[in-house]
Amino acid sequence: MTLLQVRNLVKHYHAGGLFRAPAPPVRAVQGVSLDIGQGETLALVGESGCGKSSVGRTVLRLQEPTAGSATFEGIDLFALDRVALRKMRRRMQIIFQDPYSSLNPRMTVGAAIAEGMQIHRLATGTAVGRRVGALLEEVGLDPGYATRYPHEFSGGQRQRIGIARALAVEPSFIVCDEPVSALDVSVQAQVLNLLADLQRDRGLSYLFIAHDLAVVRQIAHRVAVMYLGRIVEEGPTEALLRAPRHPYTVALLSAVPEPDPERQRARIVLGGDLPSPSHPPPGCPFHPRCFHPLRSERCRVEEPTLRPVGGTLAACHYAETTPSPEAAAAAVSPAAPEG
Amino acid sequence: MTHALQVENLRVSFPTGDGGLVYPVDGVSFTLDRGRTLALVGESGCGKSLTSLALLRLIPSPGRIENGSTILLGDTDVLSLRGEPLRKIRGRRIGMVFQDPMTSLNPVFTVGDQIAEGVRAHFDVSRAEARRRALMLLQEVGIPDPAARLDAYPHQLSGGMRQRVMIAIALSAEPEILVADEPTTALDVTVQAQILEVLDRLRDRHGMAVLLITHDLGIVAGRADRVAVMYAGQIVEEAPTERLFASPSHPYTQGLFASIPRIRGPIGRLSPIGGSVPAPGAWPSGCRFRPRCPRAFEKSETMPPLLPVGPDHRMRCWLAERERA
Repeated sequence: MTLLQVRNLVKHYHAGGLFRAPAPPVRAVQGVSLDIGQGETLALVGESGCGKSSVGRTVLRLQEPTAGSATFEGIDLFALDRVALRKMRRRMQIIFQDPYSSLNPRMTVGAAIAEGMQIHRLATGTAVGRRVGALLEEVGLDPGYATRYPHEFSGGQRQRIGIARALAVEPSFIVCDEPVSALDVSVQAQVLNLLADLQRDRGLSYLFIAHDLAVVRQIAHRVAVMYLGRIVEEGPTEALLRAPRHPYTVALLSAVPEPDPERQRARIVLGGDLPSPSHPPPGCPFHPRCFHPLRSERCRVEEPTLRPVGGTLAACHYAETTPSPEAAAAAVSPAAPEG
Repeated sequence: MTHALQVENLRVSFPTGDGGLVYPVDGVSFTLDRGRTLALVGESGCGKSLTSLALLRLIPSPGRIENGSTILLGDTDVLSLRGEPLRKIRGRRIGMVFQDPMTSLNPVFTVGDQIAEGVRAHFDVSRAEARRRALMLLQEVGIPDPAARLDAYPHQLSGGMRQRVMIAIALSAEPEILVADEPTTALDVTVQAQILEVLDRLRDRHGMAVLLITHDLGIVAGRADRVAVMYAGQIVEEAPTERLFASPSHPYTQGLFASIPRIRGPIGRLSPIGGSVPAPGAWPSGCRFRPRCPRAFEKSETMPPLLPVGPDHRMRCWLAERERA
């Protein structure tokens, strides 16, 4: 069953201001559609500035959308008034990347976790303390930590506190915005396991925003790859990683550092930088950096749409013949393009 | 044979609030040769960055390098230098690239000025010559349209381009050793691949020695000649890269490998190391990994030295005695 449905979401940020000339808007999200089912994890993957965090925040209405629609259990999220939105927030929570800045340093851990349940009147009196203790245990912390302050904890522990805080209002959907990228590798593995356990025990759905494909493989059922505000490829995790059809997915996969000297194959080193989202290129957004052997004039003028090719949906005119990461790297290397 | 860099029993101390001392770097030894890359790998708080700062005598006060530590740069005893001779090795003989290029660049000077400043600090050349060299350096680190970028300010460049500028500044003094402390941690993966290629190429072309400090075993594979894994202020395992990846032997190293999500191969639940890295001062007696170690035994209550576990492969664990036997 589809829990969250997003259609043609657009989010532009307007630059310039009172004392500055108006500048072209930053086109952070350019028509994104996605579905997340109950108990499912959809990973939204891409590099900085691709718009993945904007999608997560706009869906939760932490920012207002420029255009498009989003429904949660059939309810139109973008039509909710303040009161209705507050009620809806009980069902939809978010976990942030940086557990240091997302907790109030002057609030005890217990008070931070209890805040949401008190706002939504889910518990009163001594029941609050009991539920806080149970939540701390559920995320693998000592219930006695409720009286301590955030600075007393390590990054991994703080991320667990952030998770307990999100769980306190018993949501069915959580946006996880780079939840493990600031953590050390051994702690990252602990938090990934915890998120998987919580999903199994509580039937949670996740929109998992990340840049690391290896992390995504560990946790996501489906993956959507974003580039310059658009989803360029989407599909079941294993199919997308085994046989990527969009050249950008191929490049991203090829760049993943693997802890295995025997796997140090030639890499595709993409030329150039990500174009500015204020001035996206015409046609296919990836065409200025593309290495597909068949890339053509068509890519410069006609924007490709997502269509089924192999096991995924890919937005590339030549997705049928996209080379594999190994083949592409062999063709491009060793004289990798400079800069 | 003289090594490009030889570090022997390096200890760094910091005073604690109650008048005691802690040793976040506690007896680290390694050597590094020209044209080689040594990777110092570990999680936050293991002492890897303080080790690199100690090489340049940049340990922030009130920390200090303890007596009995040795740092030899070629034949130069770094720890005996004072004043001007010390300043001359910083940058000139050991260059440094840090994680965050935005905070290391001056926002009010152009990129060209900042590289030329580095050139003129180390060589007696004219402004015009320094600018010419700055242009060559930008070319060398793979910045497109380098002549135009000379006059750009740091905020006009992307993170990857800024990191290339930082590398150009480090190279401007033609150092023998380049210390790269998490050089790609703040960058996207496709940009990371570009920067790492630049570092590899420069090492090969100039015969520099590279000390790569990182938490990411993924960028070490296929790049470093040798790996030293650090935990709680000490090197706990060291070996040639191929050997370390083929048979990680210290339980901590094994735990690190089991924690890494993989992009291929069978997929299953990760097996992370339990607990977290203890802070300096809260280290247990004996083997410092003992409380988190699934294979700890009675002998772990005594601190193990680095013991041989294979050809050119050592680990700080008593299990080495059993495994060799």
